[in-house]
Amino acid sequence: MRAKDILGRNGEALAAGFLEHQGMRIVDRNWRCADGEIDIVALEGDTLVVAEVKTRSSLDYGHPFEAVGPAKLARLHRLASSWCREHEVNAPRKRIDVVSVIHDGIGNPQLEHLRGVG
Amino acid sequence: MGVGRSYCIALVGLNGYIVEVEADIGQTLPAFVILGLPDAALNEAKERIRSAAQNSGIPLSRRKITANLIPASLPKRGSGFDLAITMAVLRAAEDIRSIDGTVFIAELGLDGRLRPVRGILPAVMAAVQAGYPEIVVAEANVAEATLVPGAHVRGYRTLARLAYDFGADPKELALDYDPPGADPGDENDDAAGIVPDLSDVSGQSEARRALEVAAAGSHHMLLTGPPGAGKTMLAERLPGLLPDLGDKAAMEVTAIHSLAAVRSSTGTLLRRPPFENPHHSATAAAIIGGGSGLPRPGAASRAHRGVLFLDEAPEYERRVLDALRQPLESGELVIHRSAGTAAYPARFQLVLAANPCPCGKASGKGMDCTCTAIMRRRYFGRISGPLLDRVDIQLQVERVSLADFGQAGTEEGTVAVAGRVLAARQRQAERLGAFGIETNSQVPGRTLRGELRLAPGTTRILDTALERGILTARGYDRVLRLAWTLADLDHSKIPTADHIGQALGLRQATATA
Repeated sequence: MRAKDILGRNGEALAAGFLEHQGMRIVDRNWRCADGEIDIVALEGDTLVVAEVKTRSSLDYGHPFEAVGPAKLARLHRLASSWCREHEVNAPRKRIDVVSVIHDGIGNPQLEHLRGVG
Repeated sequence: MGVGRSYCIALVGLNGYIVEVEADIGQTLPAFVILGLPDAALNEAKERIRSAAQNSGIPLSRRKITANLIPASLPKRGSGFDLAITMAVLRAAEDIRSIDGTVFIAELGLDGRLRPVRGILPAVMAAVQAGYPEIVVAEANVAEATLVPGAHVRGYRTLARLAYDFGADPKELALDYDPPGADPGDENDDAAGIVPDLSDVSGQSEARRALEVAAAGSHHMLLTGPPGAGKTMLAERLPGLLPDLGDKAAMEVTAIHSLAAVRSSTGTLLRRPPFENPHHSATAAAIIGGGSGLPRPGAASRAHRGVLFLDEAPEYERRVLDALRQPLESGELVIHRSAGTAAYPARFQLVLAANPCPCGKASGKGMDCTCTAIMRRRYFGRISGPLLDRVDIQLQVERVSLADFGQAGTEEGTVAVAGRVLAARQRQAERLGAFGIETNSQVPGRTLRGELRLAPGTTRILDTALERGILTARGYDRVLRLAWTLADLDHSKIPTADHIGQALGLRQATATA
């Protein structure tokens, strides 16, 4: 595994723990299909939350949130629908969240969570 | 976090409107949106603001920033909103303390320095009038902004310094950054202030007298004569004869020139009447103002309270000349363009110069002239009757004679003549103040023949001319206006029959008029 992938894995694990701590129930991780990958699928009450995790080791190349553009959001919406179809889940409400993790591997990682971004 | 608020000024022509800038930081993915009809330059503010804030040590929030410029329906243009938007955004993020009604007018550089913008004077005037006397501008604009009475102007060189004064955390701020200051005042201004002296003109006693009368009564003027007779030379010396501008007029003139950016920002009011000398190939937009989006002032407005000199007047497009009829009548130009309507003042003294015919040799006996009669008529026909009707003095300038030539410097200089002009202006102001006008050229015909009516004995020569149809009713009034100016120059209380005779001479000196 390459360094950036390890960073991403660690970030996703941190984010999953964070979301659980917020009272969400994680139902799936790293679900893939032909169209792409969902990092985390969780339930908060009856709302299905599709979370995208962005991890960076520094702000040198911009904030993680800045890496989530309109195209990425559109794909996340499509993926959310595909996930529901494949798992035969009928979620009354769906939401896209973004979690940013900034962690240089030494100090405490900083997590930020944006709800319902698109 | 809440909504941050600051104030700026949107200029439409010379009129400024207070614009309230609201900024909100939304809990969603990073973006920067500016609402409220921004133009391209204003939309680019996003990138300037982001970089400037970053480089000043107070990076903007990594969330969605929405800046709203109120009123939303007023089109806004230019880079002067940069600072106001930045301050509103910083306030929304609670990086700085409350701004309470301060107006910010400056452009931002990527390094975080504040850059001067055009039209500061009219903008600050509008802010003070609207009840927002606290104003922050770029340091290079301070001198111009402080010309406005009642304005509390503060100038800054960098965003970091400004943010510091508004309570930003000094730990992160780039307070040490000190970009080089603005260029020292424009030296060309002084050079432009030197007006050629009347003593350079040899001979031409009749033309000199006409110039003095034109200056004293602010009468429009047409000079015709062969090439080399000195028409341009005479016209260039007219501004020197005019008195200094009063406070109100100086403000108007400086405001127009601030907006037209024909000079860099300086700290002095323009006290001397401007002189505009456009080329005869100029378009209507160049003369009366125009341009895409919101119209900008043209030569006629830049000549406000000064002299607009149209050399080779018949060579101008007829459309251009006729476009001057509106400002000659109302002293104002109203220009409509896609982005809105702008009104600029344009109360100028018009001086037209023309050759007597296309070949320019039809003066005196006109023996050398190669033009046909019809060519000559067509040439002058381009200056339309309605325009010529508004020109009080129509003077034929002859070539200078050998006897007068070579004696340059012995003639009376600008200072002596300007003194008489000033005295005549004061007499006019005393007499006409009651009617709300300043100079004889503005006196309406009704007043001339009403309150200022002369004894029938004095006007006999005019009455006869009118009866015989030599003089039109409008021409009658113009002769009266000139006669009043001649009387003022002579320290005479009212015009005498002699003044009227002289006035007739000044008016009818061209065969074509």
